Amino acid sequence: MSIVLSNISKNFGQFAALNNVSLEIPEGDLVALLGPSGCGKTTLLRIIAGLESPDAGHVVINGQDKTSEHVSHRGIGFVFQHYALFRHMTVFDNVAFGLRVKPRQSRPGEAEISKKVKSLLDLVQLGWLADRFPDQLSGGQRQRIALARALAVEPNVLLLDEPFGALDASVRKDLRQWLRNLHHELHVTSIFVTHDQEEAMEVASQVVVLNHGQIEQQGAPSAIYDHPSNAFVSKFIGQTNIIRVDQAEKVWLSTTGLDGELGSVAHIRPHHIDLSKAENASQSPVIIKDWQHLGAIIRIELFNALLPDTKSLFAEMPSEHFKQLTLDKGDHVIVKIKHANWFN
Amino acid sequence: MHAKVQLIGQVETQALYDPKWVRYSLIGIAVGFITLFLLSPLLLVLYQAFSKGLQAYWNALSEPDGLSALRLTLLVAVITVPMNTVFGVVAAWTITRFEFPGKNLLTTLIDLPFSVSPVISGLIFVLLFGAQGWFGEWLQAHDIKIIFAVPGIVLATIFITFPFVVRELIPLMQELGCEEEEAAISLGASGWQTFFFVTLPNIKWALLYGVLLCNARAMGEFGAVSVVSGHIRGMTNTLPLHIEVSYNEYDVIAAFASASVLAGLAIVTLVLKTFLEWKQSKAGFSS
Repeated sequence: MSIVLSNISKNFGQFAALNNVSLEIPEGDLVALLGPSGCGKTTLLRIIAGLESPDAGHVVINGQDKTSEHVSHRGIGFVFQHYALFRHMTVFDNVAFGLRVKPRQSRPGEAEISKKVKSLLDLVQLGWLADRFPDQLSGGQRQRIALARALAVEPNVLLLDEPFGALDASVRKDLRQWLRNLHHELHVTSIFVTHDQEEAMEVASQVVVLNHGQIEQQGAPSAIYDHPSNAFVSKFIGQTNIIRVDQAEKVWLSTTGLDGELGSVAHIRPHHIDLSKAENASQSPVIIKDWQHLGAIIRIELFNALLPDTKSLFAEMPSEHFKQLTLDKGDHVIVKIKHANWFN
Repeated sequence: MHAKVQLIGQVETQALYDPKWVRYSLIGIAVGFITLFLLSPLLLVLYQAFSKGLQAYWNALSEPDGLSALRLTLLVAVITVPMNTVFGVVAAWTITRFEFPGKNLLTTLIDLPFSVSPVISGLIFVLLFGAQGWFGEWLQAHDIKIIFAVPGIVLATIFITFPFVVRELIPLMQELGCEEEEAAISLGASGWQTFFFVTLPNIKWALLYGVLLCNARAMGEFGAVSVVSGHIRGMTNTLPLHIEVSYNEYDVIAAFASASVLAGLAIVTLVLKTFLEWKQSKAGFSS
């Protein structure tokens, strides 16, 4: 179901958590709300759920204004950051909860509930844990049970608060892929909150970048990465070299093929920097200060002898290419910059 | 992990133990103190109660004034404990789940019955409802008796025992947080369903513990009840008051027989309390 948020504002005392946020999420999308901590992303998610009420603005789900509707009637599934499983109930009873609390006339029979819970547990591949209690499960298992529990009531919208935040790195990676596949299978409109840009890019079909209670940019992961609409988004998504152009920088940048106005700021992705080995020291003032092997990619830290007070520049290239160039620490390199995003 | 445990074990045997004489004399002092100040009075109560034989003990207990005191004590507990259970849950819920101005003041006020001398607690009710009190004339005009009657005793006991349940619940409910409750309502549960299926099972042992302490105090309260009761024999004497009256009249058997009933209640309470503490620690959180 589509979700439309219009002019949502929310204050906590003096602190403006959300400032006039408007957002449209089409049906069936998997959307990431991405931003640094304190940017208002969780508040926005809780407002959509109805766990928080906005000071101003409207929440419209599938064409119906739900702003003042109680959480229990909104038809949303909410997965909490720390899972919030009912600790005194078995996994089975946790998943069955949403079905058992339905009003009598719409409540399915116990046999039907049992069938449904089993199929949900199979969906999250944890059927064998039905009789366990939450504290007997690992973090990743709890997360999947929490998801099964939320799906049991067949929500129109699935909301996930930092779904991978409390998990080990390796489990997190598996679960990301799994969530993406599950979404392909179910096609329920889903929104998840994260502060991890890599996670947002990897899982979501749409990313909404928030900062200081406002939306900075919304779009497909590739669009946001390649065409950041402002300096914040450029800095927040992926690695970026930031160069404020003064006279000395301008002279040096022109040798790399980049033309910048004085006072403007260049944001350069590391993989947009091309390196080649200099024949001798006079050809280039730039030397390799250090380099790290990151698997398929080599990250190279560059030091500019002409501009000794500026921050190091970082370049990245495939490790194959790095080997072919036979580069090492202390080598002088010729720098070409293929692309930069300019902000003021 | 294993190596660390071993290391600590070694250190303990070598350095962390005090010399034997220190250990034994400390244990001796502790045991002696407990025997002298806790165990011997209890034994003395039983000894005195049975000093004239079983028959005398039984006669003292079944004497009409004693029975009436026991009945009144039970009546007060039966009214007070359920009320303070409900009040306690409501107050703990309010304080841990809502933000409102004056919340800190309310949290502090809850402890008032503990910080004020029980005699003063009783006097408050006399000043409010007594013949010369604020509502005295109105009550007299409508022929309602509160002071020197059962309602006064109940009111004073409710006041005195109010904090027990709340104080057990507040820290626990703060620690539990409200995520599970939010999860329940997001799954479509109503407020009552959320309370009965999610909140109550999580707080039940702490709640029972609070109820138990509340009950023990409700039955044993002396000071506040003494002020509002008027000591009318067979009418407004609770067990603790009956004990005092009997003792003052040199009816040692009656005093100690009633005291043994209260002491028995205390022991049952202790056993239950230990059981509940054990249950609570087992239901503890491993997350």
